Amino acid sequence: MKPPKFEYHAPTTLDEAIAALGRYGGDAKVLAGGQSLMPLLNFRLARPAALVDLNRIASLAYIREQDGQVRFGAMTRQRTIEFSPVVAQRLPLLKEATRWVGHLPIRTRGTIGGSIAHADPSAEYPAVLAALEGEVVARGATGDRVIRAADLFQTYLTTNLAPDEILTEVRLPAMPAGAGYALEEFARRHGDFAIVGIAAVVVREGQRCTMARLATAGAGPVPVRLRAAEEILEREGLGDAAIAAAARRATELVDPDADIHASADYRRHLAGVLTKRALTRAIGVARG
Amino acid sequence: MVTVRLNVNGVAHEGRCEPRKLLVDFIREDLGLTGTHVGCEHGICGACTIMFNGEAARSCIMLAVQADGAELATVEGLMRDGKLHPLQEAFREHHGLQCGFCTPGMLMTALDFLRTNPAPSDREIREGISAVLCRCTGYQGIVNAVRAAAPILASGR
Repeated sequence: MKPPKFEYHAPTTLDEAIAALGRYGGDAKVLAGGQSLMPLLNFRLARPAALVDLNRIASLAYIREQDGQVRFGAMTRQRTIEFSPVVAQRLPLLKEATRWVGHLPIRTRGTIGGSIAHADPSAEYPAVLAALEGEVVARGATGDRVIRAADLFQTYLTTNLAPDEILTEVRLPAMPAGAGYALEEFARRHGDFAIVGIAAVVVREGQRCTMARLATAGAGPVPVRLRAAEEILEREGLGDAAIAAAARRATELVDPDADIHASADYRRHLAGVLTKRALTRAIGVARG
Repeated sequence: MVTVRLNVNGVAHEGRCEPRKLLVDFIREDLGLTGTHVGCEHGICGACTIMFNGEAARSCIMLAVQADGAELATVEGLMRDGKLHPLQEAFREHHGLQCGFCTPGMLMTALDFLRTNPAPSDREIREGISAVLCRCTGYQGIVNAVRAAAPILASGR
């Protein structure tokens, strides 16, 4: 229950961090908030040759608005996001999701970049990134590249970040004013990873729905956008029948695996139930 | 080996350790402050919760080297002039502990929780302390203690 030996680097600039990563050819791990990586080290499930700790790179922690997006430095703590007025105003779905991330003493350390780069499919932030069609910026030795949410997540705990790249920024489009939103989640205990979670956003004009977004956590190896369910709402409006049809469609769109926590069938069932709850609540708070 | 210089409960300390040394082990073994407990060692039970630069954090999933230059507070720092902290008083008054193993983590977590939510509902208290596991399952007394301490801490006494 103690970490194995590793070489430790705590650079103060991003360039140094990328150079340090490059020296280990994929055998180094990036340490952000450490709330997932440190347990893996303690269990010795991870045995990297080196850790590159980003915690001393002050320039990686910020929240700023630009080009209709809210941009987060990768090392922005979840606790900062929880209390950010910009997030409350522009990204209320992210604020709501943050309260589901672990517990208070996890969120003081955990970061938005770490949560997304770790790519646990049961985590809340990847689902929000998918629902809002966000993107991330990755920097490597050859410069920056922007990766869309749909291209980032490959499978369990796996992204298309290269071994010598660091996720430096998360970009989320500001939600339209008046958009309804909800994150519904089922877990055995509050603060656990979701067995299944559903993030929902709806933009309404009366009973018409001009935009619907649904994304899952815990219902497959990566967050799943439920596009065909969204289309039902955009076509048929926001009545009870459309909500029920979208929830039914959600159960057909997910392809969950079974594990010690829940069977695949149960997860599929939850996807439908939580889609209905999330949509009902999102529609209730939507203005327009 | 790395050198770690830090401030714990207002006192400057310096130690040398391997980079892989966990912060909680450094606090207990190198600094001799054994009030902070080691439970699960993987960030689940919350017994090792301390204040790291003013915020509650789990010291079993941090490295000691990460605390170089940091200000820490542990349960030993709660008493003032030989008197229990009002939160500790409330835990004693309301039977907020049985075996006491989780208590240091409960206290440090509740302190940060009440700092950001000075007048919580019972539901919020339960959510706040859900970060720490009490295997005696004496949660009701802990909830009562945190509820009783909230107005006292809010009034700054």
